[in-house]
Amino acid sequence: MNTFKRIMGLVWLALAPIIIFLLVKAAIDNITMGGSKDINQPIPWIIIISIFTPIAIGFMIFGYYCLSGEYDIEGCPGALLPDEKNS
Amino acid sequence: MAVKAPSGIVKIIFSSSLGTMIEWYDFYIFGMLAKTISVQFFPEGNGTAALLSTLAIFAAGFIVRPFGALVFGRMGDIIGRKATFLITLVIMGLSTFLIGLVPGYKTIGLAAPLLVLLLRLVQGLALGGEYGGAATYVAEHAPAGKRGFYTSWIQTTATLGLFVALGIIMFVKANMSDAAFNSEWGGWRYPFWISILLVGVSVYIRQRMNESPVFAKLKAEKKTSSNPLNESFGKKQNFKMVLLALFGAVMGQGVIWYTGQFYAQSFLENTVHLEFIQNREIMLWAIGLATPFFVVFGWLSDKIGRKWIILTGMLLGVIFYRPIFNSMLKAGDEKAWIMTTNEIVKESFTMTAAGNDSIRTASTTFRTPDGNVYTQKMVDTLYQSPGVISQTQKITYTNKIVNRKLFFHYILLVWVMIMFVTMVYGPIAAFLVEMFPVKIRYTSMSLPYHIGNGVFGGLVPFIATLLSASFLSDPLVGLWYPIGIAALCFVIGAFYLRNKTDIISE
Repeated sequence: MNTFKRIMGLVWLALAPIIIFLLVKAAIDNITMGGSKDINQPIPWIIIISIFTPIAIGFMIFGYYCLSGEYDIEGCPGALLPDEKNS
Repeated sequence: MAVKAPSGIVKIIFSSSLGTMIEWYDFYIFGMLAKTISVQFFPEGNGTAALLSTLAIFAAGFIVRPFGALVFGRMGDIIGRKATFLITLVIMGLSTFLIGLVPGYKTIGLAAPLLVLLLRLVQGLALGGEYGGAATYVAEHAPAGKRGFYTSWIQTTATLGLFVALGIIMFVKANMSDAAFNSEWGGWRYPFWISILLVGVSVYIRQRMNESPVFAKLKAEKKTSSNPLNESFGKKQNFKMVLLALFGAVMGQGVIWYTGQFYAQSFLENTVHLEFIQNREIMLWAIGLATPFFVVFGWLSDKIGRKWIILTGMLLGVIFYRPIFNSMLKAGDEKAWIMTTNEIVKESFTMTAAGNDSIRTASTTFRTPDGNVYTQKMVDTLYQSPGVISQTQKITYTNKIVNRKLFFHYILLVWVMIMFVTMVYGPIAAFLVEMFPVKIRYTSMSLPYHIGNGVFGGLVPFIATLLSASFLSDPLVGLWYPIGIAALCFVIGAFYLRNKTDIISE
């Protein structure tokens, strides 16, 4: 299972730039001066691509962590955390 | 060993939930009254006003909510949960009330949309800080083994806020004419004004609450974080959990939540063309009947773990969204209705000049033998030359009021989708709270929550429009976005998250 989780990390690493590429391409294809829908306006695309770029970078880091085995054992958060056990 | 709940837990849950519900109410009424607000503040034909309108819609959800999560999350981890979620409540209440006081574009010009934009951004900021505080506060009062049950009451608030907002708007609208409701100082402002009363009551209750015992102990021992942002996102041990929370749980939860509660309503109104009030009645019934299940699934997550309840909700959405929406579309399809002999309820004509020609709009309301009512609108051009030639350009079917059988059919379909919402959303607060240590909990859980719900969930209508514009032949093509995100999240969650019952022990 850990090997599978690590291999999937490569998929997540690759997926992030693909998503950004598709978003930028969709923006170029859909922004038109005469269009009345939100998808035809530049502002929503600027906001969405600006906010999605760090998210996609986060997804790449997630992929890298998967690949490097960070989620092999402690993939799950601890329910009772150390600083609460004694409280 | 039996776990004993702290004294006053009902009061703690009630006062936390009430405030959070009011914040959701405040945030929703703006969206629900978007058409009226647009007429009053963002008139068509004014480029600047249109730009401000777009900013109000997109920036509030996508940028300011996550930013609010960081600002107030940090504050909550440094000065405390109670003070922080009291501040967010006051900010939200005041900004909502003030939106109701801004004069229209006709009176003060561009200052009107500018003020509304500013206040909408403040609303988004406050919402970003509220949820994490309330969820953390309740969870830190709950003993292990009951966190899912206690925090699930907080989870009902987003839906109850929607329920109250729908109810108040419908009540006000039902008691006045459309003209009175939509005028500059008309009834649409009442829901904004009511907010100040609701917030006043909630602030009074919250002020009397104590600080979270876990956080108070940490503070007394001087063990609170001095830089929660750095500890949350700068240290690998925590940051990897933030990423796992977002991509393995909240991202999918966000799209399921948005699709069930908002996209369904928009689809019934804009694609099926159900009449305004009946559409909202369907939503109210479905929401009302499903809401108790937030608590049921929160409670169940304490018994069998949170992971598979959340992931099952996502998987059901992935499998059933297209059949459900297809059934909605077919049930309200006018093709079968117009084949029968229908009774004419009302007819009207309007003529408008278009150069030398005229545009004639004929509006006819029909009732089918089995009780469905719909309005057929035909737009014709009457050419002045060479002689009078009429050419039907467009026929649309709107304002559909379905019969009792179809009404219950729609309630059932929406209820099923909101049941998926209760599965993904009921246990999520406890799930997030348990991922992070006390000293950075508010910050760490707030950001993935608001990216998942505000960004991934909030993008549902935009991406749906994008897909519909690209693939014209499939009216359900917009669903591939929530289906795709939920499927991706399901795979990540299934492989990278472990169920928590093996760790929680009483």
